[in-house]
Amino acid sequence: MRPFDYHRPETSNDALNLADEEAAFIGGGTNLLDLMKLEVMTPDQLVDINRLGLDQIDEVSGGIRIGATVRNSDLADDARIRRNWSVLSRALLAGASPQLRNRATTAGNLLQRTRCPYFQDIDAPCNKRVPGSGCAAIGGELRNHAVLGTSDHCIALHPSDMAVAMRALDAEVIVRDAGGGTRTTALVEFYRLPGDTPHIETTLTPGELITGVHLPVPAGDRQVYRKVRDRASYAFALVSTAAVLRMENGKIVSASLAFGGLGTMPWRNEEIEALLTGEAPSNALFDKAGEVLMKEAELREGLEFKKPLAQRVLKAVLTEATQ
Amino acid sequence: MTLDYQIDGPENEELTKPSQGGPLGADMERRDGRDKVTGSACYAAEYRPKGLLHGVLKRAPGTGAVRLSNAEDVGTIPGVRLVLQDERMIRNAAQGTAGEAPVQGVSKAEYVGQPVALVVAENFETAWHAANRLQISCEGASLPVLPENGEVDDDMQEEAITGEPATAFSDAEVFVDETYTTPALTSAPMEPHAAVAEWHGDRLTLHGSLQMLRYNRLELADSLGIEPEKVRLRAPFVGGGFGSKLGISADCVAAALAARELGQPVRVVQHRRQVFEVNTRRSETRQRIRLAAGRDGRLTGLGHEARVSNLPGEEFSEPVLQGSYFAYAAPNRLLRSDLVRLNRPAAGSVRAPGEAVGVTVFEVAMDELAGKCGIDPVKLRLRNLPEAEPGSDRPFSSHRLADCLTKGRDSFGWDDRPAEPRQRREGEWWIGTGMAAAVRVNMVMPAEARVRLTPEGRAVVETDMTDIGTGTYSILGQIAAEGLGLAVDDVDVCLGDTDLPAGSGSGGSFGAASTGTAVWLACEEIRREIAGRMGCDAQELTLSDGHAACGNDRRSLPEVLAGEPLSGRGKLEPGEALEKVRQATWGAVFSEVAVNDVTGEVRVRRLQGTFAVGRVLNQRTARSQAQGGMTWGLGLALTEGMAHDRRDGHIVNRDLAEYHVPVNADVPHLDVHLLEDLDPWAGPLAAKGIGELGICGSGSAILNAIHHACGVRIRDLPATPDRILSGLT
Amino acid sequence: MQTTLTVNGTRHQLDLDPRVTLLDALREHIGLTGAKKGCDHGQCGACTVIADGRRINACLTLAVMHADAEIVTVEGLAEGKTLSAMQQAFLDHDGMQCGYCTPGQLCSATAMLEEARAGRASHVTEDLEGTTRLTRDEITERMSGNLCRCACYSGIVAAIEKVAAE
Repeated sequence: MRPFDYHRPETSNDALNLADEEAAFIGGGTNLLDLMKLEVMTPDQLVDINRLGLDQIDEVSGGIRIGATVRNSDLADDARIRRNWSVLSRALLAGASPQLRNRATTAGNLLQRTRCPYFQDIDAPCNKRVPGSGCAAIGGELRNHAVLGTSDHCIALHPSDMAVAMRALDAEVIVRDAGGGTRTTALVEFYRLPGDTPHIETTLTPGELITGVHLPVPAGDRQVYRKVRDRASYAFALVSTAAVLRMENGKIVSASLAFGGLGTMPWRNEEIEALLTGEAPSNALFDKAGEVLMKEAELREGLEFKKPLAQRVLKAVLTEATQ
Repeated sequence: MTLDYQIDGPENEELTKPSQGGPLGADMERRDGRDKVTGSACYAAEYRPKGLLHGVLKRAPGTGAVRLSNAEDVGTIPGVRLVLQDERMIRNAAQGTAGEAPVQGVSKAEYVGQPVALVVAENFETAWHAANRLQISCEGASLPVLPENGEVDDDMQEEAITGEPATAFSDAEVFVDETYTTPALTSAPMEPHAAVAEWHGDRLTLHGSLQMLRYNRLELADSLGIEPEKVRLRAPFVGGGFGSKLGISADCVAAALAARELGQPVRVVQHRRQVFEVNTRRSETRQRIRLAAGRDGRLTGLGHEARVSNLPGEEFSEPVLQGSYFAYAAPNRLLRSDLVRLNRPAAGSVRAPGEAVGVTVFEVAMDELAGKCGIDPVKLRLRNLPEAEPGSDRPFSSHRLADCLTKGRDSFGWDDRPAEPRQRREGEWWIGTGMAAAVRVNMVMPAEARVRLTPEGRAVVETDMTDIGTGTYSILGQIAAEGLGLAVDDVDVCLGDTDLPAGSGSGGSFGAASTGTAVWLACEEIRREIAGRMGCDAQELTLSDGHAACGNDRRSLPEVLAGEPLSGRGKLEPGEALEKVRQATWGAVFSEVAVNDVTGEVRVRRLQGTFAVGRVLNQRTARSQAQGGMTWGLGLALTEGMAHDRRDGHIVNRDLAEYHVPVNADVPHLDVHLLEDLDPWAGPLAAKGIGELGICGSGSAILNAIHHACGVRIRDLPATPDRILSGLT
Repeated sequence: MQTTLTVNGTRHQLDLDPRVTLLDALREHIGLTGAKKGCDHGQCGACTVIADGRRINACLTLAVMHADAEIVTVEGLAEGKTLSAMQQAFLDHDGMQCGYCTPGQLCSATAMLEEARAGRASHVTEDLEGTTRLTRDEITERMSGNLCRCACYSGIVAAIEKVAAE
């Protein structure tokens, strides 16, 4: 690790005032310290946000508010989340290991960096790590890479499970700036596609701090999270799907679907949701949804399997959620 | 006094035989277990001599001539003590039993990831950061890294032809001709390789994480250009090895050189990524299997052709064919192996070199043949067992494969199985069963041990042998207790120190039998001395409960010893047995798996191994060894494989997040049955090896069960969801 | 910087570079080498310790972040010479071979039983709102953050089943 100064402020204002351009906020550290050891990330200051009182889960009008430093394990365990936002519990429990979930935080998970091995290798060119240096992944060995939302500059996959469920749940990120202002951003606006600036992953700007996530009352009571991985546990997703559905009189009246293991950000495709809404479940309908999902997928060598796998998982998830 | 012995035949009449029901073979607690569960067991990196400095190895990002671009700048980072690039540093780890320096010289990089420098600082954080700051440039022509581009090394070719295999293949009533691939694999011991080097004058003491100290000492001394007598190695606890610690690695030489130069002890611990890159890997293989049979399944011809790889200059070639020489009878045989020279990290022994991938693939081909013949897979194997080793006609020292197959079949409940695939379904899951035979050559290595009897009548076993998790502390204590008629608690076992007599080292499943026999011989030597004092023949002497008895003359050991210690030394050499007989261990593995029809995920529901491995020295530790091997088979079949970058050959997934060793949830309860098999050609203990056999059949039992479950035949390992899926769709 | 760590009930006053991980503080600065460094990146679980009752990877957290915490390492599991039930069960069922992952397995298993008692669900729990029963599948899933390359999983699970049943 590059040497850094460590600060442990007691208030969000202090935290924001302490943080310079090269600073990083640390919650659990499970991803940040991993990458700092590899010197993929080299902040000059670490601002510890564990004493800012951001570790509460509060019911608020129209939903629930999850503090930035709520641990993944506590979020998964919360009785309200288990009952009403179960897809989120499921996604969290499918990720990492119990030890990691005991440290990893809500905000940290949203900001989790890609597992692309070339990004994690300071000897390899990577546009995300060193803008303009090139992309070693393209033409290299691919498995945990994206097929949706990619560009010629970057095919890095967003690795989170939690964020996939949150995307399906219409989560909003609550951000505070140094002036004390607060803004709320839908996840779709929060994440950025790589384009030709893959090093800029979110709309968060220096001097801003995620203080929490707001989840509205879920649009559906039928919630499923399914993840496929290379071993039975403790592995990142090859493909995952989060579904939040509502059925009335045998028809889908609301469908919200998000996908992991596919996109450069937690993926959602509203065309699929429009396709499903108002329809009675059927294999043909679900197959069509799968076609729509993968129609723009860029299946580079090594990633061809993601198309049939994602389509089969989507079909199985929809079948389960509509039964 | 030393008792020399070599195993030349089945007769051991001059030596005492172990009793039944004594400490030998008992189901006993691991004697180093308490140190391990309390955290007091001290592994190499945990020695902290005063003034300890911390070294971090630096890798080559390319190949060719190596230049350190900013060594001076890095040297000025506060706390940095040394940036070392010394031509005595080693490029590749030493191969097992090399006993001499491996290839040295780090001004040149032969593969991406090769160690090229060491940065030493006052603390780990500084050394690690400085190593990251150090810039390395490599200049040279691009080198071959893909098997299809490498040159075949004619000197490394292995070929054995019996009869007329080509005719057998073309005339076969039933013929299987398939090509299989296995990826490069890594040992991944949980303890990263580490060395703490400390000089006293011109004498070096190095705490290392090493498997075979008698050879490691020679390798290190040769690398440093000093006399072996000046080197003392210590490795009382080793956190797993699986082949990757057979020879010295870069950390040992670098730590020793830096400690010498700085005049302070230096520790070098490999980062997990380096564990993947700088120690030997198991070569990827491509294997073509041809099986010619009559409709009754009787083999008329078999062909096993393999292609493996290694770095230029390395003499190790993954012995893929090893099991195929003797597993099945067939009058016409073609065995051939080629080695391609590639600039990937060096290949070497990984747990069960050869059979792990060779038997695994061959046993899948046998399953394919059983399907084509319409014969039960167990029956097919039973029908093709040889009377003697094919080709050489050497007899088997013991042959228990038929026993393993039939006993395993009966306890598994195999006969309930439908013959055709895709017959059982539970929801999304296809259910199937599969089986495979397991064979592994048995080896004996030179070994010495000393046993001291204290005047109080306690015994101390002393050898430089290592316990890498294998249970050596336990079984050597049990052997000495049995040999001297003592309680196990009255025996101390000292291991892992080159100041002690040179044991066999741990590797190739030979450690327990080889070093165990040396301990037995040392006890025999003591028996003879005691018999002399008692005035009787050693054969008439009974040692039990801390007493010696000859006829009516029974005395306590302290009485016999009369205040003086007594010491015996045993020395085992492999004898003519190795040439006279084919000695092996035998097994049969049965498996039940579930394959998800939606995702291609596989869950192993049952895995049962029935093994004949010579005398079992400790039921509990032996079972653990077998279970370990079986889990490795599971990993080989389902999850493990190194991805080499196609452009420069570097290992892309060089960490434990992306190289998938099986986790707890991957592994069902492992059912192990150990058959008694007192191999008369295995010396007085009649013990053989156990640590590797479990790998050899388990992977194929799982792969065959996958086929039975869902009809998908996986020929390119591992059977990851995507590969299964491409067969399901 | 100055920091205090409370480990196995003992307070340690330390002057640490902020880069020092909790794991390195334990191993290098306090001399408790029970917690192991297997990967240094949260990928193996050998470094698992219990911080304020929760199992965590000591390699992926900074020592200076734990000034107020009660840390328990493998050295703190036994009461004097008396092994904890989990330690004893690991011996009885041979839940170890090389021993390098063992301290992490023990801390993980010890804390895992508390998690299950508190009703925490896992990936394989059928009903998120039901009660937790520690079946074999539940144990193996909950212990999957601790790799064992010697592959003593059968013994580890048997040991945990025994303690869980007590």
